[in-house]
Amino acid sequence: MLPLLAVMIAVVGWPLVSTIQLSFTDARLVGTAGEFVGLANYQKALGGAPFRAALTNTAIFAFISVGLEIVLGVGAAILLDQEFRGRTALRAMMILPWALPTIVNATLWRLIYSPEYGALNALLTQIGVLPGYRSWLGEPGLAMGSLIVADAWKNFPLVALIALAALQAVPKDIKAAAVVDGTGAVSWFRFVLWPYLAGPLMVALVLRTIEAFKVFDIIWVMTRGGPANSTRSLSILVYQEAFSFQRAGSGASLALIVTLIVTVLAVIYISTIRRGAVA
Amino acid sequence: MEQRSRLATVLVHAAALLLAAFILAPLLWLFVMSISSSADLSARPLHWWPQHVDFSRYVVLLSVGANSAGEAFLASLRNSVVVASLATVAGLLVAIPAGWAVSRRKQLGWSLYAVIATYMLPPVALAVPLYRALAGLGLLNTVYGLALVYLSIVAPFTTWLLKSGFDALPRDLESAAMIDGARLDQTLRLIVLPLAAPIVATTALFAFLLTWDEFFYALLFTSDQKAKTLTVAIADLAGGRIADYGLIATAGVLAALPPVLIGLVMQRALVAGLTQGGVKG
Repeated sequence: MLPLLAVMIAVVGWPLVSTIQLSFTDARLVGTAGEFVGLANYQKALGGAPFRAALTNTAIFAFISVGLEIVLGVGAAILLDQEFRGRTALRAMMILPWALPTIVNATLWRLIYSPEYGALNALLTQIGVLPGYRSWLGEPGLAMGSLIVADAWKNFPLVALIALAALQAVPKDIKAAAVVDGTGAVSWFRFVLWPYLAGPLMVALVLRTIEAFKVFDIIWVMTRGGPANSTRSLSILVYQEAFSFQRAGSGASLALIVTLIVTVLAVIYISTIRRGAVA
Repeated sequence: MEQRSRLATVLVHAAALLLAAFILAPLLWLFVMSISSSADLSARPLHWWPQHVDFSRYVVLLSVGANSAGEAFLASLRNSVVVASLATVAGLLVAIPAGWAVSRRKQLGWSLYAVIATYMLPPVALAVPLYRALAGLGLLNTVYGLALVYLSIVAPFTTWLLKSGFDALPRDLESAAMIDGARLDQTLRLIVLPLAAPIVATTALFAFLLTWDEFFYALLFTSDQKAKTLTVAIADLAGGRIADYGLIATAGVLAALPPVLIGLVMQRALVAGLTQGGVKG
């Protein structure tokens, strides 16, 4: 236990405390320690338009992306729970988007969305859905949606695999009995599958929401938070404040606000697994 | 499922095909881009398959010295391997005793939640002090500095996974060894670890994938070929002025290959790990 404790204090505990100290100062990224400024950074952050916009962006990204992942994931899991030829191969395929590094995924979708040579533009114009090429990541109204699709594509297989494992725990004779009774699709889902699905799905939901609230990589590679800051998430905002503008103090206060939000989600997560004793 | 009607069978197969296409299409396109000429990729209407299959970019990226793109790519590949290996080994060294302790002593149960909470901390919360500390120690832009920072992710993550792995192991042998007077470290080394080898191996792979994937800290703490990892190199390519989509795609294929192969080969173990802890974002 001791080695872990030492390591965690060095690379997590100390930096966290130090971030808290910094957040009350006007320190720059390099150089002097900075003056104590009390709660000024927090007042500026919470009252400022950039923070509110970034919070809204992050919330939209998290809820829609995770929502899509849950719907697609459960759909795919129900499908994979059926018997058909090629099921094993399809199940193996589900691993692929998950295993693809986030940066490679972001790069791939950036190329697909490219306004001049992108495959999405080519596909949609060739089948006649779209009259001309569009800038999927360049128009403020489109960029967030495009990001969400790219993120959901990578992450729904994880939800699907978790849901599939849950569905396979439903006893075979219960499934068979429901078929014999001619149970309708809705009540089949509600009464046969849901009792087994609810717990693991809740875990997946909270975990994915936490990850989505921390989102940085995919946005950085695809849009850098643009166009017109329409995809700037909280983490991107902190990065810009602390490292691009080198305002360590106010960057730290923003980072701690993000941390607080994630902590609330993490508490929900931990109480969920405690209740379900999943871990 | 014998009672399933013809219609239902057709629907299931159609849905399966749709799902397969949805998953494979972007991946296949990445590969096609990597073997297409620039002319094919900028053609309108777009060529969905190149007129001449061209593997030359793989040669460009994987040959040393001859060109700057290859040199930069190979350097970042080496950095990624070194950083991921260092962080994984160091992470396991601290996580094995910790995971075992948490698994065997109920009083330490609380610490597992602390570990999980740590793992969930957003990296931005630690980035500024870590940056200043690495700068002070002269470890900015070094593989060692980055590996050290990665411990903040790898150590809690592996502890968490190992703990659930150790939980499933029988305890009788351990108690027998203790009664025979074995010290704690002897019990751990001679009794527990041989039994836990598959668990440790799976955990190591997870940790490796996690660090292979990491971008945020790598972006912040590395600046040139000395320490830049693959993820940063690829983001540079994608965000830079290079107009050759094929080259970007080739780098993407190469960077994706190790984790995808590990994913396919280790499917069973990975899925078990995922569903147990629901880990990795």
